[in-house]
Amino acid sequence: MAQTFHQSTNTLSKLSIFGALFLVLGALWVTVEVNRAPYVTQEGVTREQPVPFSHQHHVGGLGIDCRYCHTSVEVSATAGLPPTKTCMNCHSQIWSNSPTLEPVRASFRNDTSIEWNKVNDLPDFVYFNHSAHVNHGVGCSTCHGRVDRMPLMAQAASLQMEWCLECHRHPERYVRPQAAVFDAAYEPPADQLVQGSRLVEDYGIHTRTSCSTCHR
Amino acid sequence: MRPLCVLCGMLVLVGCRQDMHDQPKFRPYRPTDFFGDGRSARPQVAGTVARGQLEEDTLLSSGKTGAAFADAFPVEVDEKVLRRGGERFRIYCSPCHGALGRGDGMIVRRGYRQPSSFHVDRLRAQPAGYFFDVISHGFGAMPDYAAQIPVKDRWAIVAYVRALQLSQNAAMADVPPDKRGELEPAPETP
Repeated sequence: MAQTFHQSTNTLSKLSIFGALFLVLGALWVTVEVNRAPYVTQEGVTREQPVPFSHQHHVGGLGIDCRYCHTSVEVSATAGLPPTKTCMNCHSQIWSNSPTLEPVRASFRNDTSIEWNKVNDLPDFVYFNHSAHVNHGVGCSTCHGRVDRMPLMAQAASLQMEWCLECHRHPERYVRPQAAVFDAAYEPPADQLVQGSRLVEDYGIHTRTSCSTCHR
Repeated sequence: MRPLCVLCGMLVLVGCRQDMHDQPKFRPYRPTDFFGDGRSARPQVAGTVARGQLEEDTLLSSGKTGAAFADAFPVEVDEKVLRRGGERFRIYCSPCHGALGRGDGMIVRRGYRQPSSFHVDRLRAQPAGYFFDVISHGFGAMPDYAAQIPVKDRWAIVAYVRALQLSQNAAMADVPPDKRGELEPAPETP
């Protein structure tokens, strides 16, 4: 009786056993890469907002300090989203007839909230504290990017755990002098590692990588 | 074979659920359908005095002693307070008042009504409590900053405004002789 398969198919079957390993590894690699892609992390994705608020104009152009609006960033877990009244501090007189700002005026008139769309949305099982970071030399732009160059707000980092841990393991690569924390255009010095290590000591920063640091 | 396939498929789908990412709880600014205004953060019930909100010290909380503005500080003014005041001044005040308090800040240059310079006689003669009151309640076109600046920071800013007023009306004789060498010549004003 003639054999169903030619002898050469033996090689094929051996190859397919060998290849299956790569197929499985390849599938895993694709999954990991997809999970890091902006499609999943939303990194660099610009959010639609009810009013096209421009950080580029207010921070970069006018030089308004972050804390003028985000008043609780130094004392609280949350940076603080300004109430409409803060907008009206200036816009009661400036651009006060602009149709673009009508939702702001309506919110002020009717005491209703402007429903901004959250840009940097951490998972609910992560507890992040702004004050702990900005009071220990972590600058706004380290996580939020060059907001002074963002006409519309986009998430600047992946916000994935590997991204958090990079700094929690090596804070000396990122910390800056306290006076520069709110400087949106801050550039790290050439000897960042030397200065950073000194700052880490000054601030008393410990590498915090235990699970319960952020998950509690 | 078939149950195994179904099991694998279920395992893959389980990974797509985001229940733990989006838990049914309220974090700051998260909306709710429960209250009519859609806010999960609720205002204080009228009459509530939260910790730290009791206004026991009238000078501290109003800038007044009796009916008149006091020309005194309820906090000790030292270098730390002045530095804090300077920092807070540059955050909240300089957009309109300018870094030196001349009323030429960026927002004024963009069309907001110009505030008075701090260095006119009328404002140099005002007691410290007056400035605290203006920060707390606004004045003319200026809105109040009570929600943005805590009470102690307001006093630090008042102290810094006083220092600004001194600095812009000082003579060489006011500078201690051993410090005069540190002064730089005035820059050319455009």
